[in-house]
Amino acid sequence: MTDVSWIESALTSARPQAMSALLRYFRDLDVAEEAFQEACLRALKAWPVNGPPRDPAAWLIFVGRNFGLDDLRRRSKQTELPSDEVLSEREDVEGALAEQLDASHYRDDILRLLFICCHPQLPATQQIALALRIVSGLTVKEIARAFLVSESAMEQRITRAKRQIAAADVPFETPGPLERANRLGTVAAMIYLLFNEGYSASGGEAHVRLPLCEEAIRLARLLVRLFPGEPEILGLTALLLLQHSRAPARLDAEGEIVLLEDQDRSQWDRALIDEGLVLVEKALRHGAAGPYQIQAAIAAIHARARRAEDTDWVEIDRLYGALEELQPSPIVTLNRAVAVAKLRGPAAALEMIEPLGERLSGYFHYFGVKGAWLKELGRLEEAREAFDRAIALANTPQQAAHIRSHLDRLLVP
Amino acid sequence: MLYAILCYNVESVVDDWPREKAEAVMAHRRSIAEKLRSEGRLSAFAKLMPTTAATTVRAGRVPVVLDGPFAETKEQLLGVHFVECASLEEAIEIASSLVVETGALEIRPVQAGFNLEATQ
Repeated sequence: MTDVSWIESALTSARPQAMSALLRYFRDLDVAEEAFQEACLRALKAWPVNGPPRDPAAWLIFVGRNFGLDDLRRRSKQTELPSDEVLSEREDVEGALAEQLDASHYRDDILRLLFICCHPQLPATQQIALALRIVSGLTVKEIARAFLVSESAMEQRITRAKRQIAAADVPFETPGPLERANRLGTVAAMIYLLFNEGYSASGGEAHVRLPLCEEAIRLARLLVRLFPGEPEILGLTALLLLQHSRAPARLDAEGEIVLLEDQDRSQWDRALIDEGLVLVEKALRHGAAGPYQIQAAIAAIHARARRAEDTDWVEIDRLYGALEELQPSPIVTLNRAVAVAKLRGPAAALEMIEPLGERLSGYFHYFGVKGAWLKELGRLEEAREAFDRAIALANTPQQAAHIRSHLDRLLVP
Repeated sequence: MLYAILCYNVESVVDDWPREKAEAVMAHRRSIAEKLRSEGRLSAFAKLMPTTAATTVRAGRVPVVLDGPFAETKEQLLGVHFVECASLEEAIEIASSLVVETGALEIRPVQAGFNLEATQ
C-alpha cells in the first residue's frame, strides 16, 4: 500500500501522550519538542518499511527519549560534565516503556501538558495558540491563519509564551485530587475558549476557523477518554458537539448569519447531535450539575426540537435560572430573557434586562435583542437607537449586516 | 453458519483520518454491506459511536455502572445484543438484567444512518 496518510494520523493521535511523557523526562518544552520532532522524522522513515508499531506512542517516546538523552550528553560534553542523574536515567528506558502503557499514569502527564499551556499569566489567546502548537501539533503557519495574524507575529507570540511558562515551574509530582480537579477546570476553560474562537467567527473567515472548533472537540474527547467519569468534562464535550452540529446552517449562501430559529434544521449534523445527547445523558446521571452540563442541556433542547416552534422554552428558562444561580452573569440573564420573551412576551423580557444596561453597555447582542423587542412593541424610535448601538459594537461585518437588515425593515412599515 | 465480524482499530487514529479518507472507508464498507444485503446474507451492520459515549455495567455483588468503555484485556467478547431504547437509563436497565456473577456489559449507542435499514 502506498498510502502513508495513516502515519500522519498515527503521529497526530500519539502526540499528546508522547509529548507529555517527553516533557516529564526532560522538564523542558523545547527539548521535549525537539525530541518528539526527531522521533517523528524517524517514524516517517521506519514505519512505511516496517509497518506500524503496536503502540505508536510508546515507540515515539522510546526513540525521542534516546535522542534527547544523546543530545543532552553531546551538549553537556561541550559545556560541562553531565550530572549522574541525567545519565542514570538512561538505564531504565525499558521500564519507562512499560510504565507508559499504564493509563492511570499518562493521564496526569497529558493533563499537565495541557495545564502548562494555560498558565494564568498568559492571555487567553496565547494559551490557545500554545496548546494548538504543543499539544495538537498544528504548525505556526496554520495557527497564524486561524488567528488571522502573520506567521512571524504568531511565531513571536508562541516563543514569548513558552519563555513565560518555562519560568512558571509546574510541579511534576502526581497531583492530588484537589489539584487534579483544579487543573481539569482550567484546561476545560481553555478548550471552551478555543472552540469559541472558531465558533464566533463568521462569513469569509468562518471556513478558516472551523478547524479550531474541530481541534477543541478533539481535545475535549481526549479529556473524556482520560477522565471518563467527570460530569463537567462530559458536559463540555456535549456542549461543543451540539453547538458544532449547527455549523452547516449558521450562515446562508451570502455568508450572512442565520439566527437559530431561522436555521434549516435538516442541515444540522445528526451524528454530532446524537453523540452530544448521549453525553448529556451520561453527565446528568451523576447528579452533579455544573455550568457546562447546564449549557449542554440547553443546547440539547434546541437540538431535540425538530422545528423552532417546538422548542421547550419553559425548560430553557428553568435551566438558565439554574445557571444564573451557579454562575451569575449579566450574559446568562440576557440569554434567559430570550426564553422569557418567548414565554411571556417582549415587555417582560425588556424588564428583565433593564438592570443589565450598564454592565452590558459594550455588548453587541444586548442591543441586538433589545432593539428586536422594542420593535415588536412598536417602540420604533427606541428600537432604531438600540440597533444603531449594536451596529457600532458589531464584531464582524456579518453581525453589522444582520442588524442593518432589521433597520431596513423598520423603515418599511 | 452465521458469523459475526468485529472491527477493531485505534480510535484516536481513526478519528484523525482526513475527512476524505474516513468517507472513502465508510463508502467502501457500505458498498460491501449493500452487496451482502442484496444476497440476503447480511443480518446486522452497525457503526458504533465513539467510546467516549460508552457506559459499562460491571458485575459484582451489586452491579456497578461506570462511565467509559469496557477496558479489560483479561475478558473476551462473547456476545452482542442490539436493542432499541428510549434513553440510556433504559439501556442500563436492560444491561443490568443480563448481568451474571462475573464479566461486564458495555453499552454503546449505534450511529444513526449506519445500519441494516439504511442500506438499500
